[in-house]
Amino acid sequence: MRIELVKRPRHSVLFSALSPFVALGLTILAGAIMFALLGKNPVVGLYSYFIEPLTETWSLHELAIKAAPLILIATGLCVCYLSNNWNIGAEGQFITGAILGSLLPVIFPGFTGPLVLPIMILLAMIGGAAYAGIPAVLKMRFGTNEILTSLMLVYVAQLFNDWLVRGPWRNPEGFSFPGTVTFHADALLPEILPASGRANIGIVFALVAAIVVWFILARTLKGFEVRVLGQSPRAGRFAGFSPRSMTLFAFLVSGALAGLAGITEVSGAVQALNEKLSVGYGFTAIIVAFLGRLNPLGVIVAGFVLALTYLGGEAAQISLQISDKTARVFQGMLLFFVLASDTLIHYRVRIVRGAGEANRA
Amino acid sequence: MLEAILLTVATAATPLLLAAIGELVVERSGVLNLGVEGMMLIGAVTGFGVALSTGSPWLGALAAIIAGSAFSLLFGFLTLTLVTNQVATGLALTLLGIGLSGQIGEAFVGMPGVRMGAISIPGLSSLPYVGKLFFGQDPLFYVSIALTAATAWFLFRTRAGLTLRAVGDSHGSAHALGIKVIGIRYLAVMFGGGCAGLAGAYLSLAYTPQWVENMTAGRGWIALALVVFASWRPWRVLAGAYLFGAITILQLHIQAISLNELGFLPAPLFWIAELVKSVPSQFLSSLPYLATVVVLVLISRNRRLTMMNTPASLGRPFVPDR
Repeated sequence: MRIELVKRPRHSVLFSALSPFVALGLTILAGAIMFALLGKNPVVGLYSYFIEPLTETWSLHELAIKAAPLILIATGLCVCYLSNNWNIGAEGQFITGAILGSLLPVIFPGFTGPLVLPIMILLAMIGGAAYAGIPAVLKMRFGTNEILTSLMLVYVAQLFNDWLVRGPWRNPEGFSFPGTVTFHADALLPEILPASGRANIGIVFALVAAIVVWFILARTLKGFEVRVLGQSPRAGRFAGFSPRSMTLFAFLVSGALAGLAGITEVSGAVQALNEKLSVGYGFTAIIVAFLGRLNPLGVIVAGFVLALTYLGGEAAQISLQISDKTARVFQGMLLFFVLASDTLIHYRVRIVRGAGEANRA
Repeated sequence: MLEAILLTVATAATPLLLAAIGELVVERSGVLNLGVEGMMLIGAVTGFGVALSTGSPWLGALAAIIAGSAFSLLFGFLTLTLVTNQVATGLALTLLGIGLSGQIGEAFVGMPGVRMGAISIPGLSSLPYVGKLFFGQDPLFYVSIALTAATAWFLFRTRAGLTLRAVGDSHGSAHALGIKVIGIRYLAVMFGGGCAGLAGAYLSLAYTPQWVENMTAGRGWIALALVVFASWRPWRVLAGAYLFGAITILQLHIQAISLNELGFLPAPLFWIAELVKSVPSQFLSSLPYLATVVVLVLISRNRRLTMMNTPASLGRPFVPDR
């Protein structure tokens, strides 16, 4: 018995829409098996992962706080991956954005007023874009593999941040804990519904960014260029599009959005720059982008799903005494199932019994 | 002192070499597996756990090979049978490996591990200068060198190696000749998984016998870069691994040494030492990663050379036409 793929004459519209749900279903099934193997009740486990965080107002706020950076980063990654530019260093761009954005409240705490926040956001986007520009320029200029360079720069950014918050930027009144001063009020993102929880305007940024990028990708010439160059660089060149400037464009957009995610996290959720800034949003966002089928509107939904696994991990830790590391396992499995389900879009899967060679016409 | 440094360079280079040799074979067959980091972590945690429960580091290493290989089959099934995107699937393997190893290893955090001791050959090991270096290393060091030699011989001196390279350079032609492209790629992927698993076990059994979450710290990615750096040739991988081992160890020694110990240096050298010591440790720690970027840029500048050596079907999906 073996598995054979038969190419569909056209890609399946049905499975394009269905594949993320197939993947989610399979992940939940695999999750149930995992809970059973850990000796826990699968129903309780799945409930605390996927339902419990949705039942209380405060945790809905937490969901928005976690979804915002994921959606922002994944939206940028859509542009990259659609145009065949493999930026996997969004985590580093997230960190540099956070650092550059924190410059104002940390170095010039005396500078207050309504201008502070816009300047911080601008600086963060410039920081993220500039850091993403390094692998882009190296790819354009020398043909250097952007996967490896963008990833290596993540480690460099993490170490640099570690040095900053332990060294020159450490809060002198922080009892020698690493981390900067807590930002002053003008440098904090406003909360959207302060009465019920701490969700901030970051989620609004994320939704706006996703919709704008969706519009660019779906309705403008630039979006067409992204997709043509991603699917066939040769055809793109005949149309007068330049793969090189596309590389720069894709990296700058995704870097800027990752930088924005960085400042959202720092001046929204944490309110200071510290050594625990990097929790892997840049990597989880890769899963978000694929689960959203590289469509920014899909990314919005996918961002909330992945944010749910973070909260679910914490909930399951309390209710089932299992490690919150299971969240990472869930996320990894999810990406596997997403990729496997996507096969159904372009191929029919046939299971051949016995001698498949006989089928050869 | 110099001898001690050279010894530690070998221990830093060995895991890179093991993982990179495995990936080299995978890429020579035309498959790009970015999951090296994940497979190494699975190997590291399995090796640690099995060595801990059986008391035998050898069984640990064996289990790590099997676990790495089995884990790579996930990647193989998706990319080879279901023809998914290799870059994305490799990333998925790494992310899942980080998650799974963290979950499995939770019980091992802070536990003392089982060390795979260095071997010692009476007489030879006590030779001055070269004794320890060539005859008193841990067993996996010799395995890594032998593996490099065996891979070089297999790829360029045997018919099977020629077939594997043919599959990597033109899967269409290989298929037309009746070669089982997918079968060969499965074997290559599993070999790569086994090597990465062993490389991970080296970290948790010989380099620092303990389990720390994410203990590979990017070594899997550096191994991937080494394969490009070596333009897909085994002995150059060895040279690259030792270069990176040297950078890693050098920065560690700079971090560890105190200026008092350098008092014997003549003044100008001492000033340089003072200057280097004033560099924050985080900057020194980022040297191996920055070096990887620099090396990749240098190697890719020569585009013709890179193009000539890259397996032509690398990363391309293959669906046999029926």
